[in-house]
Amino acid sequence: MGELAVDKHVKYIISVEKKKDSFESVVMDHLRMNGAYWGLTTLDILGKLHDVDADEVISWIMKCQHESGGFAGNIGHDPHMLYTLSAVQVLALFNKLDVLDIDKVAYYISGLQNEDGSFSGDIWGEVDTRFSYIAICCLSILRCLDKINVEKAVNYIVSCKNLDGGFGCTPGGESHAGQIFCCVGALAITGSLHHVDKDLLGWWLCERQVKSGGLNGRPEKLPDVCYSWWVLSSLIMIDRVHWIDKDKLVKFILDCQDVENGGISDRPDDAVDVFHTYFGVAGLSLLEYPGLKAIDPAYALPVDVINRIFFSK
Amino acid sequence: MDSDEGDREPLSRRAEWSDVIPLPQDDGPNPVVSIAYKEDFRETMDYFRAIYQADERSPRALCLTREAILANPGNYTVWHFRRLVLQALNADLYKELDFLQQIANSNAKNYQLWHHRRWVIERLGADARAKELELNKEILSRDTKNYHAWSHRQWVLQALGGWEDELDYCHCLLEQDVFNNSTWNQRYFVITRSPFLGGLKAMRESEVRYTVKAILAQPNNESPWRYLRGLYKDDIEALVDDPQVSSVCLKVMNTKSNYIFALIMLLDLLCNGFQPSQEFRDAVDALWTSDTHPLDSDLAKAICYILEHVDSLRAGYWMWRKSKLPQAA
Repeated sequence: MGELAVDKHVKYIISVEKKKDSFESVVMDHLRMNGAYWGLTTLDILGKLHDVDADEVISWIMKCQHESGGFAGNIGHDPHMLYTLSAVQVLALFNKLDVLDIDKVAYYISGLQNEDGSFSGDIWGEVDTRFSYIAICCLSILRCLDKINVEKAVNYIVSCKNLDGGFGCTPGGESHAGQIFCCVGALAITGSLHHVDKDLLGWWLCERQVKSGGLNGRPEKLPDVCYSWWVLSSLIMIDRVHWIDKDKLVKFILDCQDVENGGISDRPDDAVDVFHTYFGVAGLSLLEYPGLKAIDPAYALPVDVINRIFFSK
Repeated sequence: MDSDEGDREPLSRRAEWSDVIPLPQDDGPNPVVSIAYKEDFRETMDYFRAIYQADERSPRALCLTREAILANPGNYTVWHFRRLVLQALNADLYKELDFLQQIANSNAKNYQLWHHRRWVIERLGADARAKELELNKEILSRDTKNYHAWSHRQWVLQALGGWEDELDYCHCLLEQDVFNNSTWNQRYFVITRSPFLGGLKAMRESEVRYTVKAILAQPNNESPWRYLRGLYKDDIEALVDDPQVSSVCLKVMNTKSNYIFALIMLLDLLCNGFQPSQEFRDAVDALWTSDTHPLDSDLAKAICYILEHVDSLRAGYWMWRKSKLPQAA
């Protein structure tokens, strides 16, 4: 089996900020906040977060906050749940949650809960279980889950449960590993995992492993490194990870590396990006690959960061 | 990217934009994840920023948001502003649908595009329904598993109706590709929610026949096996008692190929009280050719043992299933 090219990946992530004239960079302008979360969390898992200037990051993050309390993907953009979570997660990495006016952020998020318990991504009203996860994860990190109607939120998520034990984006939506991660994560954080049929879902999730050892997100689809996170973290949260072949998955992720230039791609020999680099490294951390910091499967942050939030003071 | 990209005239040289001072991106003094820009894109966004800051909701603003969307369709702020402009101008939303359809192919997995489409349809209402379901089919024809397209389709059906032809549509798609899990999911959506079909129980018998046919055509297909189980949701006894279900397991096992899902279904039936005849025992025995490791006399245990070996990626799961079997009487 190959090895994880740690130094190359660190160099790759840091170089992403310096890359010129790359279409990929152009296209990432509005989601720079997500990019910061993916890149910085990866650096932390690899033990290199100290290489980054925390103050610069934090100052930029705060410039992305709006009057409403929500954060935008970048300066000059509108606020949205997606970037609000990433902002809070990055601040948590740096142990700087205290720079936040927590009530303000909580007000933004709680304002996006709908009558049926679902959440919209922003004032424009798109509903998706991704936003249920974001709201619950974010408010949990900020220690103010009581600001939303948790029971209704849970009921809505349960209404998105399908006959295969999985979850979709809305009631009746096809089970999809990404949506499953969001729903299971939200249920885990709110202490509601008893709503999950763990044996049935566990089987659906372990059926995602294909011959190459990689994981797909739905039946009959191609494997992709990002599912190493979504499927794997879900299996861990429901305590069924021993149902997949871990060694084969490790090998698949390592085969997705670009060992020359750094970075990880969706599947072997494709182009790399920060998104898949993060999910590949995070997946390896869940698989207990040596030398990596442990990552929490529900919060998608290093375990020491979560411990600091919940168990210190 | 749009094909007229190469012929684009810089905004700075267009007469209708001469009164606007473009606003550059403010990354702060030391950008954290600084983004390198192509010159055209930079210019388009500088002008957009000026219009956005001035909150100018004019026809030229509408054109500019179109250019900005074509340059970077993931930029959600531009989509938001476009909606504000469309509202302010009381614009023709049917034309907006045409615009969306033009860019649908290169942006079929773009969240902003789909949400914007929904926003437009919400405003057009039931009149737009038939055309929308047709246009949605066009998008699905290029990628029959597009999660956004299916999610949108479900929303249109529930918000505006149009259920009548949906089961036929599912059948068409399954004829083209019986492995498509999205289509099987949609089939379940239709039979359980369509106001024209009478619900799950009423549809069960015909759906079981349909599913068994699909299984026999391609037995190593995960979706119809799950669908079959779903037809008996909350009614496992009826699943066990339905001879169509046990017989399809037997038929597939007897072909001695692509039998994994058949074995799994038989295992589930046994775990829920199915009493197998000798045929079932013989069929399972015929799948195992090793003399050194004879199969367990308990059929369920034997099946778990086989699955551990033929579905070895999931050996951990099969060993767990075996451990959960009731001890032989």
